Amino acid sequence: MDEIEGGDPLMVSAAFAFLLLSGFVFAAVNGTMADVNTALFQSMEQSIQLALSLAGVILFWTGVMKTAEAAGLVRSLATIVQPILRRLFPDIPNSHPVFGLIASNMAANFFGLGNAATPIGLRAMRELRQLNGDKDSASRSMITFLALNTAGVTLIPTTVIAIGLKHGATNPADIILPAFLATFISACFAIVIDRHYARKRSG
Amino acid sequence: MAVWLIPGIIAFVIAAGVYRKVNIYDTLTDGAKEGLHTWIAIVPQLVIMMAAVAVFRASGAAAWLASLFAPITSLFGIPPEVVPLAIIRPISGSATLAMLDQIMREFGADSYIAKLAAVMQGSTDTTLYVLAIYFGAAGIKKTGDALKIGLLADAAAFISAVFAVTWLL
Repeated sequence: MDEIEGGDPLMVSAAFAFLLLSGFVFAAVNGTMADVNTALFQSMEQSIQLALSLAGVILFWTGVMKTAEAAGLVRSLATIVQPILRRLFPDIPNSHPVFGLIASNMAANFFGLGNAATPIGLRAMRELRQLNGDKDSASRSMITFLALNTAGVTLIPTTVIAIGLKHGATNPADIILPAFLATFISACFAIVIDRHYARKRSG
Repeated sequence: MAVWLIPGIIAFVIAAGVYRKVNIYDTLTDGAKEGLHTWIAIVPQLVIMMAAVAVFRASGAAAWLASLFAPITSLFGIPPEVVPLAIIRPISGSATLAMLDQIMREFGADSYIAKLAAVMQGSTDTTLYVLAIYFGAAGIKKTGDALKIGLLADAAAFISAVFAVTWLL
């Protein structure tokens, strides 16, 4: 996935309404309405500044990562992770082509190619559904695949670095290693709890 | 060491492109064009979400919500100021990007809170969005334990972020 995107439409609307309305109610009760007015109009300028500070990094980095894809690096990474995937998805027959799709999806996500990763991931999901006898319930493999996806293992969180730079961080890139460590731990944790729940389901 | 990473990756990608005889200038500019489409898609999201986030923070509601969670988060060493970001993160990436921007403005980009918020944002994904589009496209209605696992993984990332920022920065 991409680092930035809309979200589940209903939940995003709910989140927006909650932030805005609870803010207004709180301001009415606490007498901070003047601050809210100022912040509201400041935000409209600040959001454009934020968008502008992100434009260059999104354009440049997508260019670099498209080049990585054209040079076959995404494919190479996908080949490397495939053997590990066989252990994570014991329910999928060994030589099934969906392994290639899952590996490509993870590799594209790793390089921050959200736009490339999503269509591949959707194809993988449809294949997994077929493997599950076309049922409308999630199979174990689907849940594992989504757990890996939502853990969001990305090499460089470029937009976050750009925001740090905008606010004058001394070394905005220093968050790369901690972010990578945290995302790696969360991915491992996702795999462990996925196994736990899968065992619980099968009794 | 971190300063070597980005130049190293760019150099590696470009060298691999040259070695594999890729027309790198074309792939770079084509990719940038694709990035431009991504950017255009997020500008409206940022403007709209930033307004809600600004109202939420300026009213004092964010600080109040944070204080509610403070007794729990302090057990894990998480400063309460990043609690709203942690709650909204699985729902909307643009809203938390707006929050990150405001946290950095308020506390300074080199502060512990700003670094932690940055690592939290950078190490997680918009879990509900991922679930919605992946299950939606495949027509899966009964989603099993997927949401629970995704949100627990996010929580694990947030707690790991505290340790990672403390040890590595």
